[in-house]
Amino acid sequence: MTDLWQGLVQAFWLVVTFDPELAEIALRSLRVTFTALAIACLIAFPLAAILAVRRFRFRRVVIAILNALMGLPPVVVGLVVYVLVSRSGPLGALGLLFTPKAMIIAQVIIIVPLIASIAHQSLRDIWAEYHDLLISMNVTQTQKVRTLMWDARRALLTAALAGFGRGIGEVGAIMIVGGNIDQVTRVLTTAIALETGKGDFALALALGFVLIGLAVSVNLMIHGLGQTEREGRW
Amino acid sequence: MVSGLFPLRVRGAETSRNGVHLVGPVDLDLDGQGLCVLLGPNGSGKTTLLRLLHGIARLRRGEIRWACDAKVARNAQAFVFQRPVMMRRSVLDNIAYPLVVRGTARRAARAEAVGWAERMGLGDLLACQAGVLSGGEQQKLALARALITRPEIVFLDEPTASLDGRATREIEAILHDVQAAGTHLILSTHDLGQARRLAAHVVFMLHGRVHEAGPADRFFGAPATAEAQAFLQGDIVE
Repeated sequence: MTDLWQGLVQAFWLVVTFDPELAEIALRSLRVTFTALAIACLIAFPLAAILAVRRFRFRRVVIAILNALMGLPPVVVGLVVYVLVSRSGPLGALGLLFTPKAMIIAQVIIIVPLIASIAHQSLRDIWAEYHDLLISMNVTQTQKVRTLMWDARRALLTAALAGFGRGIGEVGAIMIVGGNIDQVTRVLTTAIALETGKGDFALALALGFVLIGLAVSVNLMIHGLGQTEREGRW
Repeated sequence: MVSGLFPLRVRGAETSRNGVHLVGPVDLDLDGQGLCVLLGPNGSGKTTLLRLLHGIARLRRGEIRWACDAKVARNAQAFVFQRPVMMRRSVLDNIAYPLVVRGTARRAARAEAVGWAERMGLGDLLACQAGVLSGGEQQKLALARALITRPEIVFLDEPTASLDGRATREIEAILHDVQAAGTHLILSTHDLGQARRLAAHVVFMLHGRVHEAGPADRFFGAPATAEAQAFLQGDIVE
């Protein structure tokens, strides 16, 4: 209980005094996660829309696999990415190991299935409503996808926020591929793991509270910009 | 309007879904003179036949031949569903949508949509989300959205089935205007009163087949079959 209180106090002072180290770590966390999120959305949204509107062989299998991958263990993802980008791996020549880029790759792999699955549920429901109308209007496949994505934009925003939550709180994979190197790949979650290992629970908790505050602030900001939960809107 | 679509010839048209036979075989000739009403009890195949004619239900057997190329015919048609589909956007953007997907610039499409909304009495609701409109307003929106591309023919699937008398009267008045402006209308209904008010030509359907077809005066005055007579007398026809 003392640690919790001390953690809260320390988090308060870290934020109020604008601790430069904290700011750097927090900004790196945001930069890595937002980049991963943007890439993941570019992959997941069209994938979800195509799965909603196109009928092809093994479609159900693809959807089932996508749903199953939502529970992809981050440590396994981290290991796979580590093997791929390590010096002796197929992508070793790119020199990605222990860089933020490797962390972004790992996060993208982790959050794409989550975003795509949630987005697919929403797009599938809208497609069920729109199917006859769009068919009767001779709308092309590309137009269908664009229409669904636009009309489901608030649901897609929710999917993206879920991906953001998973990404910003991720520790296992980015610890493995990032290495938690000070001023290079250290982010809030890996810093928390480090401080916990050192026995500095108050600082670890402080960083944890900052992380939670950051995640909540980003969610509120995006909800505000997206104008969700307004009367008469979807 | 000089029609490029008619005459319409339907020969042996049949369809089924999941192994269940829905409609057919249907033979039908339509010359596009006046409003055509598909009349019949629930489950008689009116909606399915409309969907077949429009091309949104798959023809399993037979043929449906318009006077022009099938693709040209399809682009000259629009469909109004019994339960209007409200896209998750404003009234204005719902009406403008068909023009936008056909390549019209968004601004021009919206300007055109304003005119159609006003003609339908939706001028004050342009910025509203379509989903919050009343049933009658939604059906007017669906009509405006169908008409904005200036189709030669509009299929209407029981457009007033869930509306009250006042909304029905308003929709029927719009249909009269649309018909007078030269657009061909093919409407399905099980409402005898509506059929009497609107029809120039009646196709009476029963058990997925065309049971009787002809000019409305003849059908209502002297129906040729016992089932049609029973239906006109308000008996339950199964």
